[in-house]
Formats: sequence, structure tokens, C-alpha cells
Amino acid sequence: MTIVAESIILPERRGSAGRLSDFFWRHPHVLLAALLGPPLLWLGIVYLGSLFALLLQSFFSIDDFSGLINYEFTLATYRQLLSETNLDIIIRTVTMATVVTLVSALIAFPIAYYAARYARGKWKVLFYLGVMLPLWSSYLVKIYAWKLILAKEGIFTWFFEKLNLLWLLDAWLVLPVVGGNSLSVSYTGTFIVFVYVWMPFMILPIQAALERVPLNLIEASSDLGGTPAQTFRYVLFPLALPGIVAGSIFTFSLTLGDYIIPQIIGSSRLFIGQAVYAQQGTAGNIPLAAAFTVVPIVIMGLYLWMAKRMGAFDAL
Amino acid sequence: MTTAVLFDNVSRHFGAIRAVDRVNLDIAEGEFFAMLGPSGSGKTTCLRLMAGFEQPTGGHIEIFGETAEGVPPYRRSVNTVFQDYALFPHLSILDNVAYGLMVKGAGREERLKAAEDALAMVKLPGYGARRPGQLSGGQRQRVALARALVNKPKVLLLDEPLGALDLKLREQMQEELKSLQKSLGITFVFVTHDQGEALSMADRIAVFNEGRIQQLGRPEEVYNQPKTRFVADFVGSSNVLSTKLCQRLGVKASFASLRPEAIALAPPSNGALSLAGTIAGQSFLGATNRVVVDVDGARIAVASPAANAVPAIGSPVTISFAARDLHPMEDA
Repeated sequence: MTIVAESIILPERRGSAGRLSDFFWRHPHVLLAALLGPPLLWLGIVYLGSLFALLLQSFFSIDDFSGLINYEFTLATYRQLLSETNLDIIIRTVTMATVVTLVSALIAFPIAYYAARYARGKWKVLFYLGVMLPLWSSYLVKIYAWKLILAKEGIFTWFFEKLNLLWLLDAWLVLPVVGGNSLSVSYTGTFIVFVYVWMPFMILPIQAALERVPLNLIEASSDLGGTPAQTFRYVLFPLALPGIVAGSIFTFSLTLGDYIIPQIIGSSRLFIGQAVYAQQGTAGNIPLAAAFTVVPIVIMGLYLWMAKRMGAFDAL
Repeated sequence: MTTAVLFDNVSRHFGAIRAVDRVNLDIAEGEFFAMLGPSGSGKTTCLRLMAGFEQPTGGHIEIFGETAEGVPPYRRSVNTVFQDYALFPHLSILDNVAYGLMVKGAGREERLKAAEDALAMVKLPGYGARRPGQLSGGQRQRVALARALVNKPKVLLLDEPLGALDLKLREQMQEELKSLQKSLGITFVFVTHDQGEALSMADRIAVFNEGRIQQLGRPEEVYNQPKTRFVADFVGSSNVLSTKLCQRLGVKASFASLRPEAIALAPPSNGALSLAGTIAGQSFLGATNRVVVDVDGARIAVASPAANAVPAIGSPVTISFAARDLHPMEDA
């Protein structure tokens, strides 16, 4: 009582920190500007600025004889981008990214659902560890490990042999496009490793979205006569969709841009990432490399626009 | 009279916790049945057992003569109005109300027509295009009611549906619910912790405590003749007279209940019982004054009409009441 009763208004805090607190309290907008300024400058200039500088390169062209960049506005590079070989690369990459995303979502959903609905206490910790742990080890080490796992002499083949299912693996490998000499040099192998590496990026957003779905909505659907399948289709899935879309943005764009996995595991045919790498490095064709990077940006833009039109963000 | 819901020795234990412990219930068709009790008393678990969200660990449940154990919620002709309404946030109000008909395979036109009618019934016509987030609490409550009633359930379960509304709206909804129930003739099972709500709306009340039914009866019975000290306390704060006071008054029971409004701050007239004490406290409640009288250390609450003057605190007073208002109780 006595401490409070001495004066109604406490004296100002001494020192510059105290004065600063008072100043910011009176001018909240200044505080907001001070907090947001540096990161916005970083995002605007360093991050987006360099990206636009790169994209600008795609409207220049390269002189075929001298190998020098011709700094004049032209769409020649985009004409080059749409040549048969390059279009092939784009279609291959987009198809792979789509399949990887769909399968990742299918595998991630039950895991995320379990984690959001049932896992408590130490099981929840175990879930987070299990999902995050692979992210802590080196990406390259994991991919080389997968190369050994998927090799003809690897554990995958051995496992199929033990199960007397080698004929199944062989039948798969003789298929056109997805097959190859062994899994480690086939698109199937590339696909498996992509799904493995990006899985946490799909699980975590779905889990976060499912965690925000109140249990009583599930009960309400069931109460109104919805079977579990109907409850999933009409309530759970629409409410989890923002999470699935968020996850798919990760898996889709990461697959579109990756150049290491298809280089180590898969056939020798190029993906977009490898094409960019080859164009800006060995070939020295910065404009074409820049044009290639425009492709994922445009595709992701279209994808988000479609997701929005389908109402994926209505529940946000 | 047909039995709508039957509980035969039903228990629901969660590990060592006995949420519902050997409960027997018999709810008649068309009845407005209230389950009253403090939180954690087992009333909501009973409701969830009827809805099918919980399965009993013991005993037997019948809904309209059919065994309910092992039957999932979506196969029961029972609908629930949830405590926080549980409206689907991604659907319009109309689609929310039509949901039950949609999952049962009704055609689009048919179900939207039925949903419009249901919205009109709860006095929200033309609100169909909005989202749940755009409605007030009271409006959401009505939508939840329409969403349940559109399915024409045999039994409607209401889980503290008025708990989140302010007093005025609550009183209005109480009347509307009551008249809705009368006109539809559906069995209503209503869970509440508000004794006033239970008393004013229900045909019969089951008072719950610690997983068991303490008393089951018509509102007047439960109010006037509480069987246990808990019921006396919970339903309208009765005075519980100790063994000593009972003996002094010549009542053959270890405990007895006495309603505050049955007591007068006046000397006894023709055959009434009386006790002497001092005024210990007073608060103004609008229509009445709540006066606390100290009788040899026991505090007895008296509801005195506001028009009557109350003696000053500390002054001696005689309280009187009719012998028939003193109700012997089974236990403390």
C-alpha cells in the first residue's frame, strides 16, 4: 500500500533508455517504423531488388559469336526458352514437381493428422523430432546415402529380393520414362528422393492447419449425419486446404528449383535447376538462365491464383 | 407414453475418473428435460453419450427402444446444438443449415428450400448468404438451432446453448426455445448449470453431482423438496438447518431445508415455527432484500420483500415460517 500511495504519477525513469521508452510510448508509429524499416529495406533492396535485376537480364540477349551480353531489350531469349529442348526441360520439371507435391500431400496428411489430433506430451516431441531431424543433417549426405540405397546392389533391391518381389521391381524398371538400369538412375529414384527431402515442408503446414480445426466441427458433421468420409470431404479437407496449399508451395517450388538431386540421382536429362546452372556457369548465357528462373515464378503465380479462385484461402 | 431416451445403470469412466457413474434416466417423448449441475458433474458427458460422441463403459442406453451402444453419431436420429455452436466457418449460413440434408443425399433445391424455411423459423430469414463470422453470438445460436432442427431429429440435445448470451437475449431465447419445443413436439434434452434456466424451461430436471443424479423430478419438487443438501444448495440456495436446530424445532430428521422466501422477519402467528437471532447482513436484490440472520452461529438467509423495512445490523429479530416449508433431507 505505502509504495503505491506515495505519488499518483511515478517520476520519469532515469537514463536514455527510460526517455526512449516514454518517447516510443507517445509515438507508436515511430516505434513501428524503427522496427520495420531495416527488414523492409533488406527485403526491398537486397532481396527483391537483386531478383528484379536478375529478371531484367532475361530481356537481354547473348551474342552467339562473341559470347557477350547485348544490353538491348529483346524477347529473343524467351524465343530460345520455348525451343523444343528447353520446353522439354520445363515440362519434365513441372510434371515431376506436380507428382512429388501430390504424393507428398498424400503421405503427409495422415502423419499431420495424427500429430495434430492424437499426439500429446512426449509423442508430440517425438513427432517434431522425427519430422525435423532429417533437416539437421547435410542435404548432400542424405542424397548420396539415397544413391547407395537405390543402387542395383543397394538395400532396396536386396529387400525386394528377400520378399521375392524382384520381378516387380524389374517390371517397373523396364517401363519407359519412369524406368532405367536401376532406381538410382531412373526418374522413379529422383521422385523418391524429392519426396523424402521435402516431406517436412509438407507435414508441418498441414499439421498447423489441422491443429486450428476445432474438434467440435468434426463432431458437428458427424452429428448431422456425415459419415467419416463425408466429414473429411466437406469439413476437414476444406479447413486443412490452406495448410496443404502452403505445403505444396514449398514442395512444388523447391522441386522446380533444385539442381542437385536430379544431378546425383536420375537420368542424365536436365531439370530446370540444372539448366539454369549450366547456362549461367559453363555456357555463360546469363539471359537464358534468367529466363529459366522466370518459369517457376510464373508457374507459382498461376498456381496461387488458381488456389485462391478455388477458395483455398476462404477459411483463413 | 413412449420412452425417448433410456439410461440403464450407465457409466462412463475415464481411467480413474468416474464422469458418469451408474446413472438411470427415462426421458419421455415430447418432454423438455433439463440436466442441471456444476461443471464436471457429468451432465455434458451424459449428453455426449446420447449423441454418440462417447461410448458407455458400463450399462445400457436405448433411444426410442433401440440399443444405442456402438452406434456412431451419424446413424442416430439425434441432433445437437453445441455450446459454442460449432458452425462450419468455411460454409455460408445456408450451407451450414443444409449440411445435414446434403450429407443424407437430398437434392440441392430441396435442401436449400428446407434450410430457408428453418432460418425463417428461427427468425433469421435472408441471412443465408452470410458467413458465421459475420453474425453475432445470438444469431449464431439461432443458426445452430436451425441446423439441428432442419433434420427433424427425434431428440434434440442442447449443450448449454444460452451460456454465451447476455441476460436479456438469454431470457428471450428461453421463451422462444420453450415455445418452439411445444409447437414441434420434439424431445429436448437441455444441459445447463443455470438453475433458473432449468426451473423455468424444463418439464423435469435431473440434478447432477459427481457423476450421479442427486434428484430427478418436476421443477417444483426439486425446488421445494430437495432430497439432499447438494440439491438444496445448488437449486436456489436453500437454508440447510443443522441437527441441533432441527431438534430445537421438533423435526425428526438430521437435516432439513428451508427456502429463504418461506421465512418472514416477524413473530410467529397461529402455529408457525420461530427462531430468535440477530441481523448479520443485508443486500438489496431488486424485488427482495436478502437478509442474513445469525441464529446461535448458524446463518440463515431470508428473502424479505423490498417494501418491508429491514432492522439495522446487530439488532435482535424473530424469524418465523410454516412447519410445512421445512423439508427433511436424506443426508447432509
